[in-house]
Amino acid sequence: MTEQVERTADGNVITDILERNPELEGIGHYQYGWYDSDEAGKAAQRGLSEDVVRDISGKKDEPEWMLNLRLKALKFFDRKPMPNWGADLSGIDFDNIKYFVRSTEKQAETWEDLPEEIRDTYEKLGIPEAERNRLVAGVAAQYESEVVYHQIREDLEAQGVIFMDTDTALKEHPEFFEEYFGTVIPVGDNKFAALNTAVWSGGSFVYVPPGVHVEIPLQAYFRINTENMGQFERTLIIADEDSYVHYIEGCTAPIYKSDSLHSAVVEIIAKKNARVRYTTIQNWSNNVYNLVTKRAIAHEGATMEWIDGNIGSKVTQKYPAVYMVGEHAKGETLSIAFAGEGQHQDTGSKMVHIAPNTSSSIVSKSVARGGGRAAYRGLVQIREGAKHSKNNVVCDALLVDTISRSDTYPYIDIREDEVTLGHEATVSRVSEEQLFYLMQRGLPEDEAMAMIVRGFVEPIARELPMEYALELNRLIELQMEGSVG
Amino acid sequence: MSTLEIKDLHVSVILDDENTKPILKGVNLTINSGEIHAIMGPNGSGKSTLASTVAGHPKYQVDSGEILLDGEDVTAMSVDERARAGLFLAMQYPVEIPGVTMSNFLRSAKTAIDGEAPALRTWTKDVKNAMGELKIDPDFVSRNVNEGFSGGEKKRHEILQLELLRPKFAILDETDSGLDIDALQVVSEGVNRAHQGNEMGVMLITHYTRILRYIKPDFVHVFVDGKVADQGGAELADRLEEEGYVNYLKGAAA
Repeated sequence: MTEQVERTADGNVITDILERNPELEGIGHYQYGWYDSDEAGKAAQRGLSEDVVRDISGKKDEPEWMLNLRLKALKFFDRKPMPNWGADLSGIDFDNIKYFVRSTEKQAETWEDLPEEIRDTYEKLGIPEAERNRLVAGVAAQYESEVVYHQIREDLEAQGVIFMDTDTALKEHPEFFEEYFGTVIPVGDNKFAALNTAVWSGGSFVYVPPGVHVEIPLQAYFRINTENMGQFERTLIIADEDSYVHYIEGCTAPIYKSDSLHSAVVEIIAKKNARVRYTTIQNWSNNVYNLVTKRAIAHEGATMEWIDGNIGSKVTQKYPAVYMVGEHAKGETLSIAFAGEGQHQDTGSKMVHIAPNTSSSIVSKSVARGGGRAAYRGLVQIREGAKHSKNNVVCDALLVDTISRSDTYPYIDIREDEVTLGHEATVSRVSEEQLFYLMQRGLPEDEAMAMIVRGFVEPIARELPMEYALELNRLIELQMEGSVG
Repeated sequence: MSTLEIKDLHVSVILDDENTKPILKGVNLTINSGEIHAIMGPNGSGKSTLASTVAGHPKYQVDSGEILLDGEDVTAMSVDERARAGLFLAMQYPVEIPGVTMSNFLRSAKTAIDGEAPALRTWTKDVKNAMGELKIDPDFVSRNVNEGFSGGEKKRHEILQLELLRPKFAILDETDSGLDIDALQVVSEGVNRAHQGNEMGVMLITHYTRILRYIKPDFVHVFVDGKVADQGGAELADRLEEEGYVNYLKGAAA
C-alpha cells in the first residue's frame, strides 16, 4: 500500500510523514517566482564562439583533451541543423545566451560558507531542511554554472562512493573521464548534446564501487538564476558491478522575462548486474527551453530505471534512453508530462535492445490543459541478434479541457523475429460524471479536477520518494488552479 | 429543523448545444427534517431527473420554479455549494475515480463538507465502525474509488459516505436496484441509522416497494410524466404493489 497525499480544505497536507517531519513542508512549496540580485551574471559574455569555449576550458584549468573535445563539439553544433520534428524552437536566440557564469570563486565546504543570498535561495528550496533531516545521502546543489555547495555522508565515502560536481571530479578522478566521458552520448549525437559538450559546466559525478548499495537517494538541485543564462550541466554516473544507486535531480527556476535555455547531458553506465534509478521532477519556469539528452548503457543483467516528471518549462524535448548491450539487461521508463497554457511537452523514451533476452517497458502519462500540448514520442528498437527480447509500452493521455492537445508518436524498429512487443495507448478526458461525483461530495471544481489528475498520475507518483510525491502533487494543484471557470 | 421545498419545478435535459427536452413539468414537494418520502413511478417519469436536478447536475436545466433549502434557492448554487449546504445524492451509477483511494476521497469529502479536517483519531475510528456496520471489508479504504467494485459494493459505499458526511437531506436514487436481499437490508439499516442519528430528511427514489419494508416512508409520492400524480401515506405503496402504475399511465395518456 502506498501512502496517500491528502489535504485539508485550506490546502494543508496531512500525512503521517509530514506530522513526523514538519520540516518537509519547505520542500513542496512552489512560490518560486522570486529571484535574487544578479551579480555574477553581469560579467558573463553573451553569444557562443571558439573564444568562449577556450575561455570556459581555460578558467576550469582543464586537460587539453577536454578542450579539444569541446572544440570538436562546437563544430558539430554549428554544422547540425535545428531539429524541426518536435516543438517550435525558433524562439531560441543562441547569440543572446550567457554560456558560462561563475557565481562564487571557490567551492563552499559547509553550508555556512555559502554567500547569504545563495543560502537564502536554497532555504526557499528547502535544501537545508532536507539535508539536516538526513533524508539525502549527499546534496550537490548547483547554483548557476558551478556547484557551490556539496556534501557527502561519511559512510558513503567510506564505502568508496564518489559523489561530487563534475568539474572537480574531472580534476580529481580524470581516469573515469578518459574512459567514459562522451562514450554513452557521443560528441556529435545531436545538436543540443553537442552544445552541451562544447560549453558544459557543473553537473554531478557519481561512482559506485562494485557490490555497494547506496540505500538512500543522492540528490541534486539545479536552478537557473541569471537572466538569459543557459545551463549546461553534465552528469556522469558509473554504477560498477552489482551496485545500486538512486539519483534524484530536482529542478526549479524563477520567472524571468526573456527566454532561457537548459540543455543538459546525462550519461549513465550500469555495469554487470548493477541497478540505477534516476529520478527527475523538472519545474522550470514557463520561459525555459528544456532540451536534454539522457542515456544509459545497461550491461549484462543490469537494470536502468528512468523516472521522468516534466511539469514546467516552455518546451521540453527529452527522451531518456536505455541501450541494453548485455544479456538480460532491463530498461524501464516512467514518464509524467504536464502541459499547461503555453507549454509544449514532447517527451517519451527510447529503448534499444542490442543483446538477447533483454526487456524494457515504458509507461507514459500526460496531462494537457489550458491549450497546452503533450506528446508522447518513443522509440523501441530491437536490433538483429537481440532474440527473445521483450518490450511493453503503455501511454495514457488525459485532456482536462477541449482546447488542449495530445499526440502519440510511437516508433518501432524491429530487426529480429523472436520478440514480444506490447503497445497500449489511451486518450481520455476528465468526465463530467467524475467532476459531478466529487463536487457532490463537497469538493470545489478545481480541487475535484486536481484530485482526478493526481489519481491519473498516481501509478508513477507512488514510485517517487515521499517528498517528491508531495512536490508533484503540489505542482499539479498549482497547475490546476484557475483551470476552471 | 430544516426544510427542502420544491416549488412548481420545470426541468429540461440538455441533449446537445442546441436541443433540450422537457422532463419535469411542475413538481411540488416539501420534505422536513426527519421525514422519509418515497418517490415511486414508472421508468422515464422523471424521478432520477429530479434527484440530479436537486444536486445540480450540469446536464439538467431548470426552466422555472424553485428548490429552496431553508428558504434559500439553491438553483443558483454550484454542485459543491449545494453539497456543503447539506444536500447529499446517493448515486444510481457511482463513477470510478482511478488512482484515488477511498480513504483519501472520504477524508477530502469530509473536510470539504465540514470546512475543517476531521480529527485523525476519531475519524479513523468512525470510518472503521461505519464500514463494519455496512459489512464493508476494511481493505476497501486503500482501494480506488468505485474501481472494480460490484454493483452492491458501490451502493454500500454510497451509504458509507452518507453516514460519514451527515447531510441535512439525502436523496437516494434507486439505491436498492441491483441489491440482493442481504445487501438491501444492510444498506437500509445504514439509511435508518443516518436518519435517526441526525434527523436527516430522506427522498427515496425507487421502482419497487421491496426497500420500503426496511425503510418506512412517512409519505409516498407517485411520479408520472414529470409530475406528482398522487400522494399519500405508506399505505399508498401497498396499493401500488398490487395495482402497479397502470391506472396513472392511462390518466396521463388521456
